[in-house]
Amino acid sequence: MSLEHFLENAASSWMNEEGPDSDIVLSSRVRLARNFKDFSFSTLFSQEEALEIINVIKDRIKNAEIPEIGKLEFLQIENLQPLEKQVLVEKHLISPHLAEDSPYGACLVSENEEVSIMVNEEDHLRIQCLFSGLQLNEALLRANVIDDYIEANIDYAYDEERGYLTSCPTNVGTGLRASVMMHLPGLVLTNQMNHLVPAINQLGLVVRGIYGEGSEALGDIFQISNQITLGKSETDIVEDLTSVVQQVIAQERSAREALVQTSNIQLEDRVYRSFGILQHARIIETKEAARCLSDVRLGIDLGYIKDISKCILNELMILTQPGFLQKYAGGPLRPHDRDIRRAAFIRERFELEKKDNSEGGNTP
Amino acid sequence: MICQECNQRPATLHFTKIINGEKAEVHICEKCAQEKGEMFMLNGGSGFSINNLLAGLLNIEPGFQQAKPNTLPKKEVLRCKQCKLSFPEFVHVGKFGCAECYETFKDQLNPILKRVHSGNTSHHGKIPKRIGGSIHIRKQINDLKQTLKQFIEQEEFENAAEIRDRIRTLEKEVNKGDEGGKQS
Ligand SMILES: [Zn+2]
Ligand SMILES: [Zn+2]
Repeated sequence: MSLEHFLENAASSWMNEEGPDSDIVLSSRVRLARNFKDFSFSTLFSQEEALEIINVIKDRIKNAEIPEIGKLEFLQIENLQPLEKQVLVEKHLISPHLAEDSPYGACLVSENEEVSIMVNEEDHLRIQCLFSGLQLNEALLRANVIDDYIEANIDYAYDEERGYLTSCPTNVGTGLRASVMMHLPGLVLTNQMNHLVPAINQLGLVVRGIYGEGSEALGDIFQISNQITLGKSETDIVEDLTSVVQQVIAQERSAREALVQTSNIQLEDRVYRSFGILQHARIIETKEAARCLSDVRLGIDLGYIKDISKCILNELMILTQPGFLQKYAGGPLRPHDRDIRRAAFIRERFELEKKDNSEGGNTP
Repeated sequence: MICQECNQRPATLHFTKIINGEKAEVHICEKCAQEKGEMFMLNGGSGFSINNLLAGLLNIEPGFQQAKPNTLPKKEVLRCKQCKLSFPEFVHVGKFGCAECYETFKDQLNPILKRVHSGNTSHHGKIPKRIGGSIHIRKQINDLKQTLKQFIEQEEFENAAEIRDRIRTLEKEVNKGDEGGKQS
């Protein structure tokens, strides 16, 4: 498979589009947790109940033409190869929990991969919408369209006082988890994250790295999401999160400005060193790749590097993970071979970028 | 490593914070740990999940504190009629078995919800369009009843009569809706 063809198939729409504030906000996601009335939750349901849920939702959604969403492809988890599952997880379309620990799991994915509905995960349904840039309101609207469409035929577990009932009480009420993925190299380089994270936590929001383990945030990429699902309306949750995100954006921008003013040449040096590594390395680990990609993306945003598309960070953070590398290689790879593959993949990707530019130059 | 809460004292405690089942590592000093105590759980390795948070929350509730088994009076374990989940099982798993559990464990649930959702225990968000139809109306009726009370107190009987008629109409609608629900 050629790299170009692979990329065409591998990239979701949010990775390539440039939504509002996409220099800092990589993506916005909204997730609604819903359960069927009169069925046990996924923790305790019988096989019959699980299969009935799959059938009901398949019937309702499979051939549906929901406005602006189009057709959804149905995938039953047990029919997928381990590598296929891993790729869906790496693209954030399904959770590791659905891939590994949900015996009757299934999912429905829209063609542009903006919408995915997980079935029989921790809750019977988890409706997810993933948009590029800062577009939480849009993602919420889209999720509501799907929610209303499903609810027109299916009774949800809903209580007047508690709202939408979920298997875990941390999700009850709105069942809404809104989150944004942010690239914050300026705040990391100026050591401001240590102060910012507790401050954001105090507002009932959660900050964490999405790549890497524990407290590390590979690629300077952080996720901010709401913790509270009960007692606030969906709009308020999304608006409160948005306004915090906007403040973080402002702080990141001023950190970048300060960096340029105080250490322009050092910053430029750092960016170009990383650019060099990505274009020439023969072996590269996830960690180093993430750091270099973050530097290069910052370099693009600051105007040091031209003619490289911004989406390279989103795209390569996802596509250089083990599942994708092995899919591209066509089979399992040992960790050392992955590092070699990763380096090769990144080099090819940058070559492709140059080729696109020279072709683009011929046809103005 | 410096404490991430106060950014002053060295971090001597390394915890895993659990929010909505997701882990985040926390490095803090003892003083901050005491202040934030209930939200931080000792890092219990890979088998760590929301149930530890729940177990921790429940230990704070009086009456749940380390009661010795032999001094505890033999009591019927609270169990959901629908799915048969017992309360200790819920604490262990951290998840309910069915919608009915919310009713069964109502009294135990409020303190948990308050802690997880910043003091909130009732929903103020979306109401499902179809099944929620009567809920919308009932909310309206409750609001109107408040208004009615005010009018009566202010001896504005003409207005009060008008409101009472509107309440009656709405109540008829609710009853109709409920019957429809039973038939389907
Ligand atoms: Zn401290
Ligand atoms: Zn139950």
